[in-house]
Amino acid sequence: MQWTDVCSVSDLQENSGVCALVNGLQVAIFYLPADEHGVYAIGNYDPIGKANVLSRGIIGDIKGHKVVASPLYKQHFDLQTGTCLEDEWVTVPVYACQIEGGRVQVDTRLIAPLRQLIETSTNAQQEGVSA
Amino acid sequence: MSNKQTLVVIGNGMVGQHFLASLVASPVKDQYHIVTFCEEPRPAYDRVHLSSFFTGTSAKELSLVEDGFFEQHDITLHLGDKAATIDRTAKTVTSSKGICIAYDKLVLATGSYPFVPPVAGHDRAQCLVYRTIEDLEAMAAAAKTGKVGTVVGGGLLGLEAAKALKDLGLETHIVEFAPRLMAVQLDEAGGAMLRRKIEQLGVIVHTGKNTSLITDGEQCVNKMCFADGEELETDIVLFSAGIRPRDELARACGLEVGQRGGIVIDNDCKTSDADIYAIGECALWNGMIYGLVAPGYAMARTVVANLEGNFYSSFRGADMSTKLKLMGVDVASIGDAHARSQGALVYSYQNDANEVYKRLVVSEDKKYLLGAVLVGEASGYSTLLQYCLNGIELPENPEALILPHRSDESVGLGPDALPASAIICSCYNVSKGKLCTAIEAGCTTVDALKTSTQAATGCGGCSALLKSVLNSELAKQGVEVNTDLCEHFAYTRQELHALVRVEQIKSFSDLLAKHGKGLGCEICKPTVGSILASQWNEHILEKDHLGLQDTNDNFLANMQKDGTYSVVPRITGGEISPDMLIALGQVGKKYKLYTKITGGQRVDLFGATLEQLPLIWQELIAAGFESGHAYGKSLRTVKSCVGSSWCRYGVDDSVSLAIELENRYKGLRSPHKIKMAVSGCTRECAEAQGKDVGIIATENGWNLYVCGNGGMKPRHADLFATALDKETLIKTIDRFLSFYVRTADRLQRTSVWMENMEGGLDYLKSVIIDDKLGLAEQLEQQMQTVIDTYQCEWKTTIEDESKLKRFHHFINSDATDDNVVFVEERGQIRPARDDERKHFNLVEVA
Ligand SMILES: Cc1cc2nc3c(=O)[nH]c(=O)nc-3n(C[C@H](O)[C@H](O)[C@H](O)COP(=O)(O)OP(=O)(O)OC[C@H]3O[C@@H](n4cnc5c(N)ncnc54)[C@H](O)[C@@H]3O)c2cc1C
Ligand code: SF4
Ligand code: SF4
Repeated sequence: MQWTDVCSVSDLQENSGVCALVNGLQVAIFYLPADEHGVYAIGNYDPIGKANVLSRGIIGDIKGHKVVASPLYKQHFDLQTGTCLEDEWVTVPVYACQIEGGRVQVDTRLIAPLRQLIETSTNAQQEGVSA
Repeated sequence: MSNKQTLVVIGNGMVGQHFLASLVASPVKDQYHIVTFCEEPRPAYDRVHLSSFFTGTSAKELSLVEDGFFEQHDITLHLGDKAATIDRTAKTVTSSKGICIAYDKLVLATGSYPFVPPVAGHDRAQCLVYRTIEDLEAMAAAAKTGKVGTVVGGGLLGLEAAKALKDLGLETHIVEFAPRLMAVQLDEAGGAMLRRKIEQLGVIVHTGKNTSLITDGEQCVNKMCFADGEELETDIVLFSAGIRPRDELARACGLEVGQRGGIVIDNDCKTSDADIYAIGECALWNGMIYGLVAPGYAMARTVVANLEGNFYSSFRGADMSTKLKLMGVDVASIGDAHARSQGALVYSYQNDANEVYKRLVVSEDKKYLLGAVLVGEASGYSTLLQYCLNGIELPENPEALILPHRSDESVGLGPDALPASAIICSCYNVSKGKLCTAIEAGCTTVDALKTSTQAATGCGGCSALLKSVLNSELAKQGVEVNTDLCEHFAYTRQELHALVRVEQIKSFSDLLAKHGKGLGCEICKPTVGSILASQWNEHILEKDHLGLQDTNDNFLANMQKDGTYSVVPRITGGEISPDMLIALGQVGKKYKLYTKITGGQRVDLFGATLEQLPLIWQELIAAGFESGHAYGKSLRTVKSCVGSSWCRYGVDDSVSLAIELENRYKGLRSPHKIKMAVSGCTRECAEAQGKDVGIIATENGWNLYVCGNGGMKPRHADLFATALDKETLIKTIDRFLSFYVRTADRLQRTSVWMENMEGGLDYLKSVIIDDKLGLAEQLEQQMQTVIDTYQCEWKTTIEDESKLKRFHHFINSDATDDNVVFVEERGQIRPARDDERKHFNLVEVA
């Protein structure tokens, strides 16, 4: 993994999102303190509304998928796969994200479904899943 | 030439038009060339709702004829031309303008004219009648100079005319010959109760008065002298002493007419000449003239059936039951109201404190309902009518039907108890069976059902019943009517509100843990956020509530399409000083914002980025502005006209009231946005009748309208209470709003909320005005809490470092969003379109 240090956990908003500039990319980071993973990161650009706003959406779950609802037109994006629930052909990038020693870190190389990433990294502890 | 026959209709009133509409919907229309004579200068309009002309409904809105109707159906319309003679031997009709048409079939739908008693002086100036739009225009003109108006006749129409005079701002009298009001429909006690209620509204009632002369007045234009020697000075005399059928044409051509007028018809609506029919108020069937629209419509349909060759569908009389709202007083009369039937038994309930009078007339064996009278509260009308018309057996204790009951008990007749033949909508003759067929065919919403069957589109009295038939049929079909808010809460918004209130729940996580599942979503989070705010009113950016808010609430501004925000400071009542306006302009200029005036009389500043929001607000607050809550589902604005301070016509100070109300309710979180307006007189420049809460000044106090709205589906507001002083007005609005906040569904405007409420407007009045549920005090307290805990959300925010942290596009950088690009247009910015993004000419972001 190539983690980039982003900010402190105290900069995050509980059960809500913020946007970070990481390696020139706009990344939306969501913080769910009660959740097993705690943090999720996806691209901040809403491909339907065509604006950098996803970090400002409401998060929740729909039929078991953790999602953010676009603040513009309310489509849901799966935080773990980046897929739009209303239109599976529309996706946003998903980045690896973790909390380490009170710091939030993102790996922007990984434009891959996070679920796949988690499975691979927990099963094999291997580094660098290619895109 | 075609071999079509010619069918001529004389009269294009309500019934004539219904006949045409029914005819063109039938295949027999192809056999006829249709011609109609319309004496009035405009085609058919809704006479039943004529009085709404005075509350702002235009002649066009009253029209019953869709644009292009005559052309589309190839009907020749002779507008403003009166049929003058009928030659039955030659089978021709000749008009005043000299047009002569040969007919094969002739339909007389000439209606009736108001009866003016032959009192000496009845034709003096400002002695008027109440039947056509022109009559109303004459009244309005006379009211401009006059101060006093008197209606002769205390029947149904007379009371309605009195209301019109009252609305025109006149001192209003009713003079009735009989010893009580509405003598035809009401018994003595009912008449007395009605009188009391009407007198409370400031109308002066004189019963048992026989007018003998109308002559010159001293203070007024006219003076009425009564047989008992008393006199009454009045400017306008409005005759409403009954109607007389217009049978002059029929008489002149030798058709059989009744002794006291009316064209005699048989069960097929044929006159004594087999080629001539008569329908509506000009027709005399079985010795009866029906002065109501529903029987006329039934006659019209009978004639169409007859032309189709369907001779079984004959006219067999009609029910004369009526329910109306007379000057805000509910009055209903069903069947044998006077208990004249053999052996009839009477139950009555009289409550002087609440001014309710109800009476049931039942058969000797107590099994069937024969008639009923309801005054002051008529919500049971449709149930009672169904018992009466369908001969449904009464419950063991029929009195339960008129005794007051608690809201949680239902004594209504369930839709399942009705036979398929039960007529639900009597205006359009729609039976329960017909509704069920339509529901089976896929009309599963109230709107779809209305459109496909026309039910509830006439007087609307049956809409509650229609809805319950729909629900019960859907339930039978197994279509579950799911009212859950979303997958996380198996409750309605109203139920959640109650849980929050009763269990004193103060956060979303508590509510979710106790009553929900999962994480929540963009539906339940803002809903609960709003409930919590209306109950406890904590700052919405407190940590616990933050993730709950829609993005607009979340950053206290309105997100626009490119992710930037617009800013709307509060401008109470739309009143703003030049200095404040300059301050606003300076902020707009400094931050290069696009500025536009809103429909709610404020200024909207567009194009602010997240990081600019606190800076902008710092300056606005320093200049004396506060948050306008345009971002929230909350009270938006109280629009006002300039009112009596400046306006020549102003009756009261609409601006001061608007400011007071806006300051009172600002910040109130609600299921949807709330708009209000105050007009200084009935000219209604503030368009208050298009608002959730609208107030209009009158000579006698404030008139309150509720549940109107503009937007996608405009709705005219309903008159809720009249002649209120300010204190009562505010109390009533407090209760109304609190009740709405408590019980409405998510994103439900007041209009839809009220329409979906069982019992509708009447029920709402009973809760808010009569305090039927005993909730009034709680509702007022709930509002007081919100008022007492008001804070300008922006002021609190800029004073709190921790809250400000979020107002940056990036959490880890001071850079701005490079996707936000503006171009210039008419000297201001606007977001660049896709096709412009790749080009030059872009304005730097501040
Ligand atoms: C203020 C008011 C309130 C009412 N409220 C209610 C209510 O709540 N419920 C209810 O059921 N009923 C109500 N009515 C009664 C209802 O309006 C009538 O029953 C209905 O209009 C009758 O329809 P019609 O077509 O027979 O007569 P009209 O609507 O009067 O139409 C007859 C038309 O024929 C025209 N005409 C007459 N002679 C000729 C001729 N020779 N040539 C050409 N044209 C001619 C007339 O000018 C008129 O336009 C109300 C009436 C009024 C005035
Ligand atoms: S509503 Fe009346 S008072 Fe207000 S501006 Fe119009 S005319 Fe004047
Ligand atoms: S009418 Fe439509 S385009 Fe205009 S502001 Fe409203 S939502 Fe936007």
